Amino acid sequence: MIANAFEYTAPQSLDEALGLIAGGAKPLSGGMSLIPMMKLRLAAPEHLVDLARLKELNYIREENGELHIGAAVTHYEVESSPLLLGKCPLLAETAAHIGDIQVRNMGTLGGSVAHADPASDYPAALQALEAGIVLRSAGGARTVSAKDFFIDTFTTALEPGEIVSEIVVPVEPGLTGTSYQKCKHQASGFAVVGIAVRARRENGVVSLIRVGVTGLSGSSYRAENVEAALQGVEPTGEAIRAAAGLVAHSVDASADMQASSEYRKHLASVYTAKAIHAALSRSA
Amino acid sequence: MATTVTNIEKLVGKRIRRKEDPRLITGTATYVEDIKLPGMHHAVIVRSPHGAANIKGVDISKAAALPGVAAVFTGADITGVGSVVCGADLPGLRKPVHHILAQSRVYYVGHPVAVVVATDRYIAADGADLVEVDYEVTQAVTDPEKALAEGAPAVHPEWPDNKAFVFLQKGGDMEKAFADAEVVVKQRITSQRLVPNAMETRGVVADWLQAEHSLTLFTSTQIPHLARTILAGQLGIDENRVRVVAPEVGGGFGSKLNVYAEEALMGFISRKIGKPVKWIESRRENFLVTIHGRGHVDYFEIAAKRDGTILGLKLKLIQDLGAYHQLLTPAIPTLSVLMMPGLYNFRNIDAEVIGTFTNCVPTDAYRGAGRPEATHGIERMVDLLAAELNMDPAVIRFKNFVQPDQFPFPTATGLNYDSGDYGATLQKALDTIGYDDLRKQQAAARLEGRLMGIGISTYGELCAFGPSPATPAGGWESATVRVEPSGKVTIHTGTSPHGQGQETSFAQLAADELGVSMDDIVVLHGDTSVIPYGIGTFGSRNTAVGGPALFYALQDIKEKVKKFGKMLLKSENVVFENGKCTCQVSGKEVTFQTIAGAAYRAMQLPPDTDPGLVATKFWEPSNFAFPFGAHIIVSEVDRETGQIEIKRYVAVDDIGNQLNPLLVEGQVHGGAAQGLGQALWEHGIYDDNGQLMTGEFMDYAMPRASMMPWVECSHTTTPSPVNPLGVKGVGEAGTIGSTPAMVNSVMDALMPLGIRHLDMPLTPEKVWKAINGAA
Repeated sequence: MIANAFEYTAPQSLDEALGLIAGGAKPLSGGMSLIPMMKLRLAAPEHLVDLARLKELNYIREENGELHIGAAVTHYEVESSPLLLGKCPLLAETAAHIGDIQVRNMGTLGGSVAHADPASDYPAALQALEAGIVLRSAGGARTVSAKDFFIDTFTTALEPGEIVSEIVVPVEPGLTGTSYQKCKHQASGFAVVGIAVRARRENGVVSLIRVGVTGLSGSSYRAENVEAALQGVEPTGEAIRAAAGLVAHSVDASADMQASSEYRKHLASVYTAKAIHAALSRSA
Repeated sequence: MATTVTNIEKLVGKRIRRKEDPRLITGTATYVEDIKLPGMHHAVIVRSPHGAANIKGVDISKAAALPGVAAVFTGADITGVGSVVCGADLPGLRKPVHHILAQSRVYYVGHPVAVVVATDRYIAADGADLVEVDYEVTQAVTDPEKALAEGAPAVHPEWPDNKAFVFLQKGGDMEKAFADAEVVVKQRITSQRLVPNAMETRGVVADWLQAEHSLTLFTSTQIPHLARTILAGQLGIDENRVRVVAPEVGGGFGSKLNVYAEEALMGFISRKIGKPVKWIESRRENFLVTIHGRGHVDYFEIAAKRDGTILGLKLKLIQDLGAYHQLLTPAIPTLSVLMMPGLYNFRNIDAEVIGTFTNCVPTDAYRGAGRPEATHGIERMVDLLAAELNMDPAVIRFKNFVQPDQFPFPTATGLNYDSGDYGATLQKALDTIGYDDLRKQQAAARLEGRLMGIGISTYGELCAFGPSPATPAGGWESATVRVEPSGKVTIHTGTSPHGQGQETSFAQLAADELGVSMDDIVVLHGDTSVIPYGIGTFGSRNTAVGGPALFYALQDIKEKVKKFGKMLLKSENVVFENGKCTCQVSGKEVTFQTIAGAAYRAMQLPPDTDPGLVATKFWEPSNFAFPFGAHIIVSEVDRETGQIEIKRYVAVDDIGNQLNPLLVEGQVHGGAAQGLGQALWEHGIYDDNGQLMTGEFMDYAMPRASMMPWVECSHTTTPSPVNPLGVKGVGEAGTIGSTPAMVNSVMDALMPLGIRHLDMPLTPEKVWKAINGAA
């Protein structure tokens, strides 16, 4: 449980950090995943660059109808931010499901997103929110949609030298309801399945619905078949159940000691229905 | 804050906060990891990644060449050190030689193969990575039933049947019981492997002084004196030149009721390199190489009359021992057999225990040690019998309880239950939870299709280990009371509390007896150079065995105080009460503190009386003590997901008299957490190759505070006649009572679906599959 020797830099600026990362250094944020892997000697980076202390990555602000959240914001800050609680409650609700209070005090939004653990919580919410993920390198910045960012287990659109620097999410109009429903792994606390839903009900029918899924398979995804089944439809219990039943359709579901793929798929439909009900009940 | 109370008010029986907590919660306590000695080196152990393999060669050259590495040892280097000791014995027991480093073969994942010693722990870890071991992997066997099958790989090639022992115990007339039976219920019930996971992992600092030819060993143990005797023997050092210190110990739960390879190994290394050496177990190592608990496959058969009268219980018990015997490994399942009668009045038992070697880390004592397995089995069987007979599970228990006028009650397993009123605890639990009303609610819930369950467990246990003939190395305990010249009191206890709270409860007892403030009392333990020989802490024995030793030492002090009082008051008519000797005639008084001063100043001495004020007592119990209780859990199972919600948990325990009910409740809550852990979450799972699949907290579901229901604790009080305090013991009661209550509750919930039994842990998927299979 002792890591190999490594060099550590706490840079003064984002530019300095990106320069070091361009040179091959490994970014460290909250360290909630990287440090345990290093202690088990499953990872042995030679040089760590600490992003968590950079003020340039630590902000939550509203600009032009969008919320901009710096990558070094901790889960606890996401969970408790009045701005997010008011204008993007889904992200705050999702953050509250992560790990335990110690993890939430250390772990960061950007670190978790960049790590892309297939059972982490944020991806479901980012998919449902159609969030933008800002990737920055010494050479510049680009924005990728959540849908395009998460590719596979621990695999993202990040290129060598790039870091996740910011998450951009829309400010929700008041009549949108959201919910994150999670079945927790009894040991790790990660999502066996986690379902984030963003929905609006207008004139008795579903006028908007986005469903983000995490935990079920190697990567988070948008359950567009569930969305299509409910779009423009009166959300009766039966309609929701039928739509939720599609969530795992043709998905290669993961299996572990906590849940077989069959059980996971079943849980996904149960939690999808729960999340849709909860989101719609919050839709003004 | 220190507790200040007047001397007159009795402290025993009061909810007093622990004296030991300020240092623990302010982070100023000293654990093994906190000990730093000049010149201290650090050891990291190279362990087998295979469940079974032959060692073809070990190349230490790269590790030895690493700057900072002081020494590397392999099995071949270990000479003059005895093997790991098993203190248990059974007829025909096969004891494999358990070297402190593997010789030519490894038997489980984690088996120590080599050790790297360096100037700091980081270098030692790097060095361990550089040790190259050439393994020839052989076939492992990890499931005890598979190990017993024809043609299974032999864990120890010299014993191809993998049987360490077969132990039989019979009582009464089982043939007649089964001939008379109107109903027989059979069930296979497992009690899975559990990882004890004390908050503090193990750790050792060894310090050899060549000039003195002496060894000081700081180790996280529950048994410092026994460890000293065993280590002195293993290392060939005079016992009086070995000092073992258990500093602050962060939990043990039986996993530190042991003497492990690493303790002798560090003593060996310190002597070899002439420097102190430290080894701290990582959490990963703790999962892999510290003993596990449970590991039963049990086949039960219960015989009864149609009216619910239980006639007898048969058990075939397959114990997964692991690859070796640790200190008490083979003895643990025999405790299960002793406990087979439970609280019930049947006299026929028949047990066969097959101790089975597997390529896994050894099992040994884990909170309850044999009794939780037995109690779970019995309480499941009673519920299955009740279901078979369509009887209420409370009614069948009342019908079969040993009655209050039957004590002392000799059981079919040769025990002699000390005292009890089993019906009273169950009735109190039923009344507390509102049983009749709950059954009505359940009937209504079932009509709605909801799966509500009410689970009862009425457990008994044997604890306060124990009479010496029944306890390896002795079952007595010692106490010394040392009154200082100022009248302050130092108590030495031979028990080795590590969370149980005897620094508080023993101070309460002594404060009451001597009439001094609790703040005037210090309780010392855990250092063999300070404390007279003691047995240690396990088997819920601190209060029930260590307590009486202290009580009698206090009586000796009081006698001597009275002699000085009579002398100083120049009267024969003197009483010692509330910290003063008072002349009944003149009313003159002399305080305990003045008397203490006089005893040491010794200007004048009472007739036939020596100076000083110290008393030591070794106390031998005449019997175990037998606590009991009734736990009831109300649960609801989500039909859609198999998830279990605990709605209510009522625990009524009878542990005899209580010194400190706050400590008692803490023990019940902690015990219940561990018992629920077994029922619902925890499972040490080995794959067929011997890899521990649940070898870290990411995979092994430890109970957490947020997963716990509120446990509504209450008590009945039936004093034990076995000791002068009337106490029984509470360390393990919660663990023993909770598990079957939880499982019975879930099985009661699932009963309308025709589901009869599920094995622990009751994970949601397991329950969901059963529900779907039943549908």
